[in-house]
Amino acid sequence: MPNQVKPSIFHRILRIITARPASKSGERGLSLGAQILSQLFLLFVAATVIYPILWVVSMSFDPRDISRPTELRLNPFQGGLSVKAYADIIQQPTANPVSLGQLMFNSFRLATLTGLASIIVGVFASYAFSRLRFRGRQVLMIAVLTVLMLPSIATLPALFVLLNKIQFDVGSGVFNLRNSLIGVGLAILSGSLPFAIWNMKGYLDTIPRELEEAALIDGCTPNSAFFRVTLPLSTPVLAVTFFLGFMSTWTEFATSWLFLTDPKNFTLMMALYNMVGQYSDSTPWSHFAAMSIIIALPVTIVYLFVQRYFVGGLAIGGVKG
Amino acid sequence: MTALANRANVPKKEIHRRSIFRTVTPYLYLLPAFIVMGIITYYPMLYQVWMSFTDYGLTNLRYNAPPPNFVGLANYINIETNQLGLSYYYFWHVLGFNLFWAFSNVIIHVALGILIAVILNRQGVWFKGIYRALYILPIVVPQIIVANIFKNMFDPDYGAINQGLAILGKFFFDLSPALFHIHWIDQIDYPVSWIPLTLSYYALLITNVWLGWPFMTIVASGALQSIPKDLYEAARIDGASENQQFWRITLPLLRPAMVPAAVYGLVMTFNLFSLIYFLSGGGPLNETAILVTTAYDLINQQRLYGVAAAFCVYIFFILLALTLITNSITRATESYDA
Repeated sequence: MPNQVKPSIFHRILRIITARPASKSGERGLSLGAQILSQLFLLFVAATVIYPILWVVSMSFDPRDISRPTELRLNPFQGGLSVKAYADIIQQPTANPVSLGQLMFNSFRLATLTGLASIIVGVFASYAFSRLRFRGRQVLMIAVLTVLMLPSIATLPALFVLLNKIQFDVGSGVFNLRNSLIGVGLAILSGSLPFAIWNMKGYLDTIPRELEEAALIDGCTPNSAFFRVTLPLSTPVLAVTFFLGFMSTWTEFATSWLFLTDPKNFTLMMALYNMVGQYSDSTPWSHFAAMSIIIALPVTIVYLFVQRYFVGGLAIGGVKG
Repeated sequence: MTALANRANVPKKEIHRRSIFRTVTPYLYLLPAFIVMGIITYYPMLYQVWMSFTDYGLTNLRYNAPPPNFVGLANYINIETNQLGLSYYYFWHVLGFNLFWAFSNVIIHVALGILIAVILNRQGVWFKGIYRALYILPIVVPQIIVANIFKNMFDPDYGAINQGLAILGKFFFDLSPALFHIHWIDQIDYPVSWIPLTLSYYALLITNVWLGWPFMTIVASGALQSIPKDLYEAARIDGASENQQFWRITLPLLRPAMVPAAVYGLVMTFNLFSLIYFLSGGGPLNETAILVTTAYDLINQQRLYGVAAAFCVYIFFILLALTLITNSITRATESYDA
């Protein structure tokens, strides 16, 4: 049997460009006029999508080292690339005495722990809602949905006051739960946990019940059927729910800005707000651009790979903002 | 029969034990989540209702501070009669603008989403793969970062919007670049004198349309691909024009997918804190403030925790009404389609 020839890169690119479904007989192509009109329209839309992104990327690499862009520059390679903005940012992003590493570490800790906590605590409840029948199921589901409906800001006054009540003396001063990353994490979890429960329940509903029933017939107890059959099968939704929780906390602003006062606890988004908000007169825009990219790039890349698993189904449930 | 026979062999005590196990297990599964939510979600929500009847303020935050005074419905009345410390705050304006903001956005998102999806899914359009890959970008870039970038893009002197418009104006109409120093965010006069919307509303709208239409396009694309091709074939044979096919086949068959997506978008946009707070900050003169940004100002600037709590109770009931109304609309269309 002859070796199958793998399509060359060129052919693959050509296929993406022409992206024609294997043409069946009877299908009509577009007339040239309609094709040109469609292309013009789609190109215009693509230009509006890419415009802000090109602007920010080329500003972050701007070699001129100026504080404000005096003219439009969309080609990042125009006049050469400079990574000075990134180097400056890594040393000290804002006037606060805190390094980019510390900011990243804070955001990363916060996002990882709230993301993990929401799936670990939530998965059992979502299993109960999806599979088990019990008295009060309806009421409890409405209780979860009610929180889902509320924006996270609508519970901030009480969370601020209650977390602020938990203060105690530690050797070097007073520990205030409100003014700590743990407090911020708890406040974020209070809104992200119901979302996680609902999101995971939706997926568990689609796992065939027969798989568990088969395990029960083979002598599994209901609990071990959950741990050995359903839980392993729901790994994709655990990963996606963790990622959604991670991403919303990674870019969370309202709670951390309200709660935290000590610069060593600050998060990336708080630093970015300092660079565009009312205190930003001295920040060069190349710094702001580099900082935006540093924050956005990791989550954007991961999102790009996982979005096709859930963007279509996002209409049910939804991400809390 | 065999099940019954098996059952007879099991001692009565054992059956009893199993049935208790069955009734208790679900609650054991629910326990971790509801303990956590009880402490950090439901207790704060109830506490907030109590707070809303008090004058909880900065002085009550100190450790060992005296409890706040009970003020009855004063907070609720003050919010409604605009007796707050916030400048240019009018409750009905905020609520009205908030509703208009949500509806105007979603209508544009859905219309644009369908239009782009229909053109993108036409047979034989070139470069489909490239366009699809590009059009996903506004969904995957974090919203709050986009708000930041657009904030600087709308800058009157150095922003990419004015600079881009100046280049286009020069190229197509030979207009002087000096014309394009539009103060998108802080111009107080209404651009169209008989429409009471500031320029910052349009800036917010442009940004949110940039963010919002791709999601609707994805939903519409999915629904379009599930419409049977024979329908169009039959319509063509019966002599229907492309236009008629769109209005009589495509649009009605898209509706079951688009209505839930629109409702979801409506609630998301209604509570869109980050975009408005970062881009316009509710300004100028509080013209573009929505409910959640006002609540945040009450806590973050004014430090009026009691008033903010009352405001959040208002938000709760407004959202409840909005959810019930939109749900009944969704149901109504469902039964129509069935």
